[in-house]
Amino acid sequence: MSGPGVLTMAKALNQGLRDAMSADDKVLVMGEDVGPLGGVFRVTEGLHAEFGGSRVLDTPLGEAGIVGAAIGLAMRGYRPVCEIQFDGFIYPAFDQITSQLAKLTNRHEGSATFPIVIRVPYGGHIGAVEHHQESPEAYFAHTPGLRVVSPSTPNDAYWMIRQAIESDDPVMFFEPKSRYWPKGDVDLTSPASPLHASRLVRSGRECTVAAYGPMVSVALQAAEIAAAEGTSIEVVDIRSLSPIDYGPLLASVEKTGHLVVAAEASSFVSVSAEIAATVTERAFFSLEAPVLRVGAFDAPFPPAKLESTFLPDADRVLEAVDRSLGY
Amino acid sequence: MAKSASSTVDTTTLAEPVRFLDPDGRFAPTPAAERFASMLDELTEADRLEFYRDMAVVRRFDIEAGHLQRQGQLGLWVPSHGQEAAQVGSGRAARAQDTIFPSYREHAVARIRGVDLLDVLRMLRGLTHGGWTPAEVGNFRLYTLVIGSQTLHATGYAMGVGLDGAPTGDPSIDEAVLVYFGDGATSQGDTNEAMIWATSYQTPQVFFLQNNQWAISVPVSRQSRTPLVDRAAGFGMPATQIDGNDVLASYAATRYHLEHARSGGGPAFVEALTYRIGAHTTSDDPTRYRAADELALWESRDPLIRYRKYLENEGVAGSFFTGVDEEAADFAADIRRRTLELGPPPVDTMFDHVYSEEHPVPVAQKAWLSDYEAGFTEGES
Ligand SMILES: Cc1ncc(C[n+]2csc(CCOP(=O)(O)OP(=O)(O)O)c2C)c(N)n1
Ligand SMILES: [Mg+2]
Repeated sequence: MSGPGVLTMAKALNQGLRDAMSADDKVLVMGEDVGPLGGVFRVTEGLHAEFGGSRVLDTPLGEAGIVGAAIGLAMRGYRPVCEIQFDGFIYPAFDQITSQLAKLTNRHEGSATFPIVIRVPYGGHIGAVEHHQESPEAYFAHTPGLRVVSPSTPNDAYWMIRQAIESDDPVMFFEPKSRYWPKGDVDLTSPASPLHASRLVRSGRECTVAAYGPMVSVALQAAEIAAAEGTSIEVVDIRSLSPIDYGPLLASVEKTGHLVVAAEASSFVSVSAEIAATVTERAFFSLEAPVLRVGAFDAPFPPAKLESTFLPDADRVLEAVDRSLGY
Repeated sequence: MAKSASSTVDTTTLAEPVRFLDPDGRFAPTPAAERFASMLDELTEADRLEFYRDMAVVRRFDIEAGHLQRQGQLGLWVPSHGQEAAQVGSGRAARAQDTIFPSYREHAVARIRGVDLLDVLRMLRGLTHGGWTPAEVGNFRLYTLVIGSQTLHATGYAMGVGLDGAPTGDPSIDEAVLVYFGDGATSQGDTNEAMIWATSYQTPQVFFLQNNQWAISVPVSRQSRTPLVDRAAGFGMPATQIDGNDVLASYAATRYHLEHARSGGGPAFVEALTYRIGAHTTSDDPTRYRAADELALWESRDPLIRYRKYLENEGVAGSFFTGVDEEAADFAADIRRRTLELGPPPVDTMFDHVYSEEHPVPVAQKAWLSDYEAGFTEGES
């Protein structure tokens, strides 16, 4: 049953954008098909009708253009929210994001800020064709000057998009496509956490699983299964990939002594690898086993009929938990 | 195998570009120049002299900067020699409220807008990636080294001018945007996207191409088999090709298109045919790829000499030129003196402004570096 306050993530994002646009008329939405269509995932549905074509811009088809023009608009005092239609189509904008946007605050030495949000629907489990199911977040988390976040619930989606728009820094906003449609409670009165906080989402004693975006629900599912089998898993939702808030994670590892990091991205040179390295540095004497990573395989995202094997699931998370506890 | 692209575009086969001054400095407008002639009516005697001063001072500055690089005072120098007329005419055509997006060679425009050229040298000495605050220097944005990237920023900015409600109909406040790029940049995707967006949104903007015939060692014929000015039609933009070594042509055509753009007429494209007399940068050796006679031909079209002849024909006294030469020499001496005084930036400034709001990584690394360095000091004492 849906009622006020129970929303899908897509609707929560839509409400967050609407509220941000109402609160500040410098906020613009721009991208491919974001106007009357409302975006291919309908995240911008109704915004064009409500705010008009000069606040919600259906742009020509070019990702470098979307981000490059957003940079110019930010120089003019606007706060653009760009939509990249799908994860795999962000690369034409790579120079504008990593060489331009990420460095411009630094190059201006304090005389300009670049409050631009780049929304990226990402991740698999939607059975789509090539280039529509990828997880490119590591490229951007690697880049100084960008902030990178990914919500896992409708409530976080609503508040994190609002906080991202309020940030004076560029924010890469990764939206887990597979979580667009499940519903959840949204408290429209006050945010649960700051934008860059990680959060304990399930308490447990024996092993910590850290996850973000689409993998949080998988980690929780794994914890559920493990509990039935008598293993107690604690789950931390990382939420922010740059910066990473290690507080709750280190506290958890100090308690459990075991850490598995789970993500849809492949593990080689990944955000998961970064978390594993840092936790090893900062909680070495609390660890009773090496930090393990669970991710997609290091191959191009395969045709959709293979995606359920390519992407990690609860069983693969549990396999890693077992390996960790078996040390 | 494709036919090799070995020569620069043969400008003699093209329709005559917009030109007011022939190479001997005689006022002899080409037919294409007629429609822009009225733009020159606004110029006072003082304006015309100022154009010369702009060109001569930057010519001298450019030579000095080259020496400073050879003497180890700069890591690199990017000469503007030969392109002064294209830059000064267009730069002077912009109004105070306009915003200018340069590439990296527009030293004359930088000076016109109020940039202290020492700040350009600070960048090439390895002290900064920026150097100035655009709002304090006539809205002259930062240099951009990634070829073509700034064209999109200019278009986005110009879209913002439109979203802010322009035009009001008052040219003394209505804004336009002027963006500089080179012949090499015309092959970049960003530059082409910028033009598509500009025409799509009918931005108040002029795309100013300095076709100096070369992109490092690659001639413009490798970038395009059609005159670059003709490309504008494909985007749906009016375009004008000018003799870029005629400062009056550069002024008049840019002024005309900027005024049209600021009044709501949409974007336009200016191709200035000019030549990079110097090396691409001080790291380059142009004798490896271009012929001496080509260089000699373009040296005979020197924009500064041409304009000086014109002013002399107009009766400007020799004392004016002597005065400008002295001023240029003083300017260069002052730049040299101040360059030699430049110290290194404090090491921990590399962590500043990575973000505008606090981010724990640069904060922690700045603190770590400070402790690390302090460790050496303690060791010494
Ligand atoms: C994207 C990119 N690719 C390559 C380079 C290296 N590069 C610097 S200048 C240059 C040539 C540019 O030629 P042009 O656009 O004609 O400008 P000019 O230097 O002649 O003023 C090249 C290839 C660069 N700076 N950026
Ligand atoms: Mg060139």
